[in-house]
Amino acid sequence: MKHLSILVLLVLSGMAYAGVEYREFANPEQQAAYENLTSELRCLVCQNQTIADSNAELAADLRRQVYEMLQQGKSKQDIAQFMTERYGDFVLYNPPFKLKTGLLWIGPVVFLLIGLVAVFLFARRKKAAANLHSHAEHGNDDAEKLAKIRSLLEEGDQS
Amino acid sequence: MFKYILPLLIFIVLAVFLALGLNLHPNEIPSPLIDKPAPTFSAPKLQAPTEKLSPTDLKGKVWLFNVWASWCASCRSEHPVLNQLAQQKAAIIVGLNYKDEPEAALGWLAQLGNPYDVSIMDQDGRIGIDWGVYGVPETFVVDKQGVIRYKHTGPVTPEDVQQVFLPLIAKLQAEN
Repeated sequence: MKHLSILVLLVLSGMAYAGVEYREFANPEQQAAYENLTSELRCLVCQNQTIADSNAELAADLRRQVYEMLQQGKSKQDIAQFMTERYGDFVLYNPPFKLKTGLLWIGPVVFLLIGLVAVFLFARRKKAAANLHSHAEHGNDDAEKLAKIRSLLEEGDQS
Repeated sequence: MFKYILPLLIFIVLAVFLALGLNLHPNEIPSPLIDKPAPTFSAPKLQAPTEKLSPTDLKGKVWLFNVWASWCASCRSEHPVLNQLAQQKAAIIVGLNYKDEPEAALGWLAQLGNPYDVSIMDQDGRIGIDWGVYGVPETFVVDKQGVIRYKHTGPVTPEDVQQVFLPLIAKLQAEN
């Protein structure tokens, strides 16, 4: 009984996988294009999932749209353009580089540079401070030693 | 001195970013269809499935295109607002009954009132895709030339009607 229920659960677990419709493709290239496109288009309802990952109805409709357009012989560019004309650049997980998306692309590099500059400046200040400190210490030591030597020499002279 | 100002500066920058973030509406995706011709369709009317409606039939008129469904909870809260708007007869209201069962949709209109001059059916969601619909309800404003001039995502509130829709409709009605 236990084995049977485990078996049933295992069989059912396959069905829980989102976004699987049975699709037939004319050739492997078309299938690759389909898989590639559905994992590059955003599901606009769930926003952080691709239409391949999502169970939402809109995602299923968009998968159907991609499939039908591929069957009609449309290229990947055609389909990406079809989607952006309707949903905007946001529908693409890899948005094109333009004025509007510039901050999105350049932002991380800018933040990295700010971070590197900050670390560099901080490290240099630390080092300068440490150098200054050790110099000061050495200076004091030397002065003390000189004073001691002098006093010893003077003592020696007296004897 | 710098040692004390730096944390303050970091705090201010963070606070500004967080405040901006709180006021963003990431669910509202700007539509690329604004100022573009309304996507065309020829769809059966909900109340008369043998008759069809297409945007060309509405040329020369200002119309609202409201996407709704009987399964949509926020449409229910929006419905009284649309009923009120319809009474003012400021513009034609066309309903897109999106991915719905006709019986359920007709029942909904019978129960809650019908603000639409006409509703069309989009049972498989294809018109929705053409209009970039991703969340119901959505409302488009189309001018006399058949150009989309405004899109509202989510339920329309009485404030939206007063502050956005009525002024915009008045402006568009004055255009040729």
